[in-house]
Amino acid sequence: MEKKDIIQSFKDSLFTGLIALALFGPIVGLRTASKGEGLFITPQWGIVFLLVGLCILGRFLINLNSARKTEITFFSKFTSKFSAITEDKAKHFAITAILFAVVFPFLPFTDRYFMDVAIMILTYIMLGWGLNIVVGLAGLLDLGYVAFYAVGAYSYALIATTFGWSFWICLPLAGVFAAFFGILLGFPVLRLRGDYLAIVTLGFGEIIRIILINWYEVTNGPDGITGIPRPSFFGLPFKRSPDEGETSFHLFFNLEYSTMHRIIFLYYLILVLALITNYFTLKIRKLPVGRAWEALREDEIACKSLGVNPTNTKLTAFAIGAMFGGFAGSFFATRQAFISPESFTFIESAIIVAIVVLGGMGSQTGVVLASIFLIGITEMFRDLEQYRMIAFGGAMVLIMVFKPKGILANRKPTILMHGDKK
Amino acid sequence: MEYFIQQLVNGITLGSIYGLIAIGYTMVYGIIGMINFAHGDIFMIGAFVALISFIIFGLTGVALPVILLLVLLIAMLFTACYGWTVEKLAYKPLRGSFRLAPLISALGMSIVLQNYVQVAQGARVKPMQPLISGGLEFFKGSEFVVTVSYLQIFIVVLTIILMGIFTYLITKTDLGRAQRACEQDRTMTALLGINVDRTISITFIIGSSLASVAGMMFVLYYGVIDFYIGFLAGIKAFTAAVLGGIGSLPGAMLGGLLIGLIETFWAGYVSLEYKDVAAFSVLIVVLIFFPTGFLGKPDIEKV
Repeated sequence: MEKKDIIQSFKDSLFTGLIALALFGPIVGLRTASKGEGLFITPQWGIVFLLVGLCILGRFLINLNSARKTEITFFSKFTSKFSAITEDKAKHFAITAILFAVVFPFLPFTDRYFMDVAIMILTYIMLGWGLNIVVGLAGLLDLGYVAFYAVGAYSYALIATTFGWSFWICLPLAGVFAAFFGILLGFPVLRLRGDYLAIVTLGFGEIIRIILINWYEVTNGPDGITGIPRPSFFGLPFKRSPDEGETSFHLFFNLEYSTMHRIIFLYYLILVLALITNYFTLKIRKLPVGRAWEALREDEIACKSLGVNPTNTKLTAFAIGAMFGGFAGSFFATRQAFISPESFTFIESAIIVAIVVLGGMGSQTGVVLASIFLIGITEMFRDLEQYRMIAFGGAMVLIMVFKPKGILANRKPTILMHGDKK
Repeated sequence: MEYFIQQLVNGITLGSIYGLIAIGYTMVYGIIGMINFAHGDIFMIGAFVALISFIIFGLTGVALPVILLLVLLIAMLFTACYGWTVEKLAYKPLRGSFRLAPLISALGMSIVLQNYVQVAQGARVKPMQPLISGGLEFFKGSEFVVTVSYLQIFIVVLTIILMGIFTYLITKTDLGRAQRACEQDRTMTALLGINVDRTISITFIIGSSLASVAGMMFVLYYGVIDFYIGFLAGIKAFTAAVLGGIGSLPGAMLGGLLIGLIETFWAGYVSLEYKDVAAFSVLIVVLIFFPTGFLGKPDIEKV
């Protein structure tokens, strides 16, 4: 490398430092804090200089690296490993993953915390698979998916607390309600193009949340709904001391009472629900309506000219996606036993969309990997509560910049005209 | 009637703020065809920079007009840096990628900015004493006295001045010509020797500066900000941009005014709780009946 290059990259790094100083100077360096009446400034120049220094150093290293014409190999190596997973390998991976998921609760290192995280990851996998129908297959960007999740959760909570019906009756009802809302939203907006659709669905998600907060008589407003019935094991509740005339799960099977029974049951419940979603998606992709979704994603005008009704096709995608969102919502409600509008903010929609897109739109395995990766990241940073969302957003940007098609790019149509081109 | 006029005044003030943010959305959409989701958070950062500078200058005891001018310039400068950096880091590498990629990247950037400010400045709301007080009173004899505060006059006048400068910039200067050329055909513009990357960067800088002015107005008008204000304001401003016809600059201002008026009248006459629903419902209705907005060009799809 020539001396000129080094001086050049050094200058460039100093410029980066200047920009970094402008970025971090006021926002990080001058922290506002209320003291008595009014606000006061607490300077934090140390952190600013640290950040600026890091930026200069980082930029300088990147410059040196690119001057030597070598790319940063770390990330591309990391992602190319995933790209190597072809469909055949993905099948093996899927079988292994399912087997692992089935035995997971009985592994020696599995404790309550692991189970909770696993249930959370599975919930997101299910939501991701549900949204994958809308985003991945039909190519409609839905930024308000959490609305259907909320509708499912609230329908379950309201039906179960008002009528006292069991989980297994409420679950399909919640799905139907959510699907109904999907159609309700879908009808007017499906004529819109991609970006507009995204914003309108986002608006719809917010409308649902605002209604949940303000419709006090029905939803109990911001306080949420408490005392949602827990699911029972085919009529056997998970209680230490069952009510009069009832047998609880541990008594029926002659087991020592443990709270883990319920957790394990919930785990299998969401696992089965998620697998049903997956199975359904895999099957429907091979049916005419599934084919129409994918065709519509690739070229809407061609579809219209071939006699595919875009509105109906999109509506079915919306309704079915919403239905699975509703199922996941009722699972969420029964697991938490408490729901409030707090749980259904826009950030949830963003997380689910991120899972689908980062996984590689349309790829079922990708959703699993992305859920584990993203939820895992936020769990790892759990102790650094405030920083974990920064890490999360940063991961979204980085993956898009380095791997815009997602971890597992799978936009390959399910069927090709002239066989599989290999 | 007096009540109506009061709401009208409030609505126009709010609409000015939305309009200034909406310009950033519509410019970026016009030039690179993406929804800059982080724009609302750029506005929030502008509000924070303005708040911090107000506190600093408040201690020095300089005359009020000087403070306002200085804060305006500082907020514009620092916020423009954010806009520029966001574009360089998150959008530029994705140019030419598939359609959803920049949107997801913008979503991630928005999450990063929000939480970054939350970490750096704390999650609590930041109150500020009103700087500009007093106002003109009308209809003094009647039951309802209409007050037009000096602050409202300041906001509307400043918006008009900025719009004037901005319109001149876009219609009369080389920069504006390059910007409009990029909107029409980026490849052709590049062939004619215009630095497209630089033009896009400048678009982001202009959009961010206008958003920062809106942020400063927001601090002055509401006197309270937190790290979350960018989300709702951003969505409403985007609604405004769509309402006026995305890509159209006068449309953004018109849409901003309409959204401001709709929100204020809804809050004044219908219900305060559902005022945010009003903006979203309007968005949905407008998109059904005028998919290109009021002043937008029809979008012709070519096979």
